[in-house]
Amino acid sequence: MEFLGIVLLAFILICALAVCLTRNLMVSIIILMSQSLAMSVIWILLESPDLAITEAAVGAGVTSLLFFVTLKKIHAIGGEKQDGEAEE
Amino acid sequence: MAKLRNNYESSAWFRFLSWMKKGSSRMERDMIHALETEALPNQRSETEQLALDREREEKERRDRENERAIQDKLHLWSTRRGSRLVRVAYRCAAVLICVAIIYVLLVSMSEEPMFGQAENPVNNEVSARYIEDGLTETGSVNIVGGMILDYRAFDTLGESHVLFIAACSVMLLLRMNLDKNGRPTREQLDAEADDRKYEPHNDVILQKVSNLIVPCLLLFGIYVVLNGHLSAGGGFSGGAIMGAALILYVNAHGLTKASQHKLFGAKVFKYVTFAALAFYSLAKSYSFFMGANHLDSHIPLGTPGNILSAGLILPMNISVVAVSLKKKYSFYPLFRKGDF
Repeated sequence: MEFLGIVLLAFILICALAVCLTRNLMVSIIILMSQSLAMSVIWILLESPDLAITEAAVGAGVTSLLFFVTLKKIHAIGGEKQDGEAEE
Repeated sequence: MAKLRNNYESSAWFRFLSWMKKGSSRMERDMIHALETEALPNQRSETEQLALDREREEKERRDRENERAIQDKLHLWSTRRGSRLVRVAYRCAAVLICVAIIYVLLVSMSEEPMFGQAENPVNNEVSARYIEDGLTETGSVNIVGGMILDYRAFDTLGESHVLFIAACSVMLLLRMNLDKNGRPTREQLDAEADDRKYEPHNDVILQKVSNLIVPCLLLFGIYVVLNGHLSAGGGFSGGAIMGAALILYVNAHGLTKASQHKLFGAKVFKYVTFAALAFYSLAKSYSFFMGANHLDSHIPLGTPGNILSAGLILPMNISVVAVSLKKKYSFYPLFRKGDF
């Protein structure tokens, strides 16, 4: 158990650094999502399942979705390239 | 400027008088003046008209030149000296602020007691009291639930109001109103068209999976809320789960289909949030006037472990979930097309 905790903490540290260092905004959001997921597992290891539920739903789910929507709105990531639509 | 004044109308005294009388500004007067001069083009002879035209052209040319000179000056400053200055100042300020924050944090950390020692102020009689007498005093098997919704309910009161204020400010910033006739404005239609362009067109896999998962997620969310005093969870976690489930549904089946349902409208949002916050405030805001002391509510605590037990914790969980679910769900359509 302790080993798993250390691995997860190291993973979180690496993720936090990678979020800052990636150039691609979409990739950095996905890394943030995975960091949140690792954090929720750590909450379970620390015996606080209610926090784990909230972290998984809010941190990994809703927050990154809102980030995605914002990036779409400012045309930082492209939409679906179907129907022969030209991307600007 | 020493200049002979032959028109009384543009003198300062006249402007002051007219401003006092009916509060008309100079711009309004200019507009009226322009209208009057434009309305009488035929009565002027051609030479006068020509002279007027020439004068106007001259004036426009001079204005344009002035504008360009100012722009050139600004542009030069911002590209050459100004931007370099700003960049240097920005870097210096960033480093200074970072160093200051690190210093403050390190100093405050060095003042803290060592982690995990028995005589730390964290390990006082309060936490021991919560653990020992929590079950008998609040009737809640889940000690965390009993703590945040009974002993420290005023804390959660502030928290749910913070959620409400966050939702309100997002609505203020992102919501686009209908125009006076109740029709959508140009801006709104543009946003919707932009949104539809990016929406997945009937993704079958996503739809089937969401049909399978969303009911389970909603059921699990309701379970987490209603069992807030018996097992881990409570209002905030349940609201997060249900909000995420609703967003998944909306993503799979399209925003228009879901937002046609009245339950997701702004009106329901208003009433539900108000009712939940009002109930919570009525039940627990006395804490601020009593110095966070307990006031007996005369609601029987019931047998610990039953679903109808622990007094006010269950209804308060439900009111918290109403606020948090409504907030989580309303954010998504607001972000996407500025309306819900």
